[in-house]
Amino acid sequence: MKPTRVHLVQPPHIVARAKSNPTLWVRRSRFWPSFGVYLGVALFVIATLAPVVWLLLSSVSSTADLTRLPLKWLPSSLDFSRYADLLNPNGSGKEFISALRNSLTVALSSTLISLVVAIPAAYSFSRSSGRRGNLLYAVLATYMMPPVALVLPLYGLLAYLKLLNSPWGLILVYCTILIPFTTWLLKTNFDSVPQEIEESAMLDGLNRWGVLLRMVLPLSLPGLSTAAVWAILLAWDEFFYALIFTSSAQAKTLPVSIADFAAGRAVDYGLICAAGVLAALPPLLIGFLLQKGLMSGLTAGSVKG
Amino acid sequence: MKPQENRVAWTMLLPALLLIALTVGYPLLRTLFLSFTDARLTALNLTPHGVGLQNYLGALQNPTFIASIGRTAYFVFVNITLELILGVLVALLLNQAFRGRAWVRALLIVPLALPTVVNAIMWRWIYNPEFGALNALLTQTGVLEAYRSWLSDPASAMNAIIVADVWKNYPIVALVALAALQVIPRELYEAANVDGANLWTQFWRVTWPGILPALMVVLVLRTIEAVKVFDIIYVMTRGGPADSSRTVSFDVYQEGISYLRSGSGAAYAFLVVAVTGVLIALYIGLLRRQERAV
Repeated sequence: MKPTRVHLVQPPHIVARAKSNPTLWVRRSRFWPSFGVYLGVALFVIATLAPVVWLLLSSVSSTADLTRLPLKWLPSSLDFSRYADLLNPNGSGKEFISALRNSLTVALSSTLISLVVAIPAAYSFSRSSGRRGNLLYAVLATYMMPPVALVLPLYGLLAYLKLLNSPWGLILVYCTILIPFTTWLLKTNFDSVPQEIEESAMLDGLNRWGVLLRMVLPLSLPGLSTAAVWAILLAWDEFFYALIFTSSAQAKTLPVSIADFAAGRAVDYGLICAAGVLAALPPLLIGFLLQKGLMSGLTAGSVKG
Repeated sequence: MKPQENRVAWTMLLPALLLIALTVGYPLLRTLFLSFTDARLTALNLTPHGVGLQNYLGALQNPTFIASIGRTAYFVFVNITLELILGVLVALLLNQAFRGRAWVRALLIVPLALPTVVNAIMWRWIYNPEFGALNALLTQTGVLEAYRSWLSDPASAMNAIIVADVWKNYPIVALVALAALQVIPRELYEAANVDGANLWTQFWRVTWPGILPALMVVLVLRTIEAVKVFDIIYVMTRGGPADSSRTVSFDVYQEGISYLRSGSGAAYAFLVVAVTGVLIALYIGLLRRQERAV
């Protein structure tokens, strides 16, 4: 009987495949590691999606289904009436819609103001060196200040300016968070716009403002939109200041409204879930659609490569 | 830089600096000032009386506050440890080759994009003692015998909140780790393989040092945010039951706002700033070291 050939060295096609993915170097069987990976991925997907799917299901399940014991996981019929209620301007939807409008107003306005102020500042930081560059770190530090450290004087300030319980009060306060953050983000963004073209433009007589507005901004539109989206998400999510500085539907934003909702004696859990879903939709959609841009903007500061 | 250029550079900075000075600088200094007075929330703009270090002494001798500090430390430690472990594991997993990888990676944004308050009510519903999904799941699979009250039991409330917070926030660690994993040069792994290194050694000697710089930055960032935690606790348990989930932010809120004792509250706040300040300095130091290392 002829002896079968024994491979002492892995055949070339297997070596090539392993080389293209060094973290998956396998010697003999390709089954077990692959199985492990797919099992892990399945666990990850379930753990990530299950709570959210449960929230969604609860929002369209009837109260009878929700309070049945033992729990029935899938509703017997889908009930979208809660969404209709929440979005109905007459009735229980009034407060929700008002909160939605406030959240939109505050998020968009404070983002706009912050960007207008942050763009020149970020450009200045980006093209400077030395002492001014260090000031940037001080700016970043302010973003991280705990809100509790600022809330008492801010309350006094807003009371003095008669801006308590007003969207404009919130817009002013959100600048504490958004300006440092967007300045930082935009600065790292402007850093990647090459400076050579600016120098030649300035020799031709364009001043710094012109360079910023006509050359740098158009080139950094992706970074700008990333910064804008992050700012809107941050403002949308903010709860602490909104809780303390608003007291009625005239100014309450979505997070505060939902917290009120959930704390009340309402026994319709499905309604709370529906409100949560509606509040989560804008940031989720934005996050999902603009992922790559969002993450590249954020990781640029922490990973170099 | 020409003097004229210099002027333009400062002019560009001015609006941002002014607004920051107004909305952060001034409040920070005023909080410090208030902490030495007996100011009250309803009369913040009147001139208060100075009380020296009384507020600080009161804060440090207040057993509730000391307990809150301990609880906050516990929250931060467990939270960050879990986020680190989960983040690195998931990043390693999502760095493997498998079908549909892009879609699975896209899922990481879901917990991150979910507003904090929505996350809190979602988990509160899951933990509901009568109809919650967790109780149903555990009893239907036989792990538990009877429904438990996760958020009303002082022994489990804090841990339940930590799970909810880790679920929401570990993806940022995973994303940063994943980005860092992808820039580790392949030659390092090939060299390790040639030397006969097994998977564990490869991780410890090649992967871990490669992702550590980026990881440190994001972990310090998360630590700062964990120290500040308020929103999720307020919505899930309001600091209860029996103060078992109270953190330092809560004490400031209660003292300075609910009880209207703003002078005292400001002292509490500044103690929190002191701790956060150290962390912020650490973060900035790490950041600068990274920038210089490029």
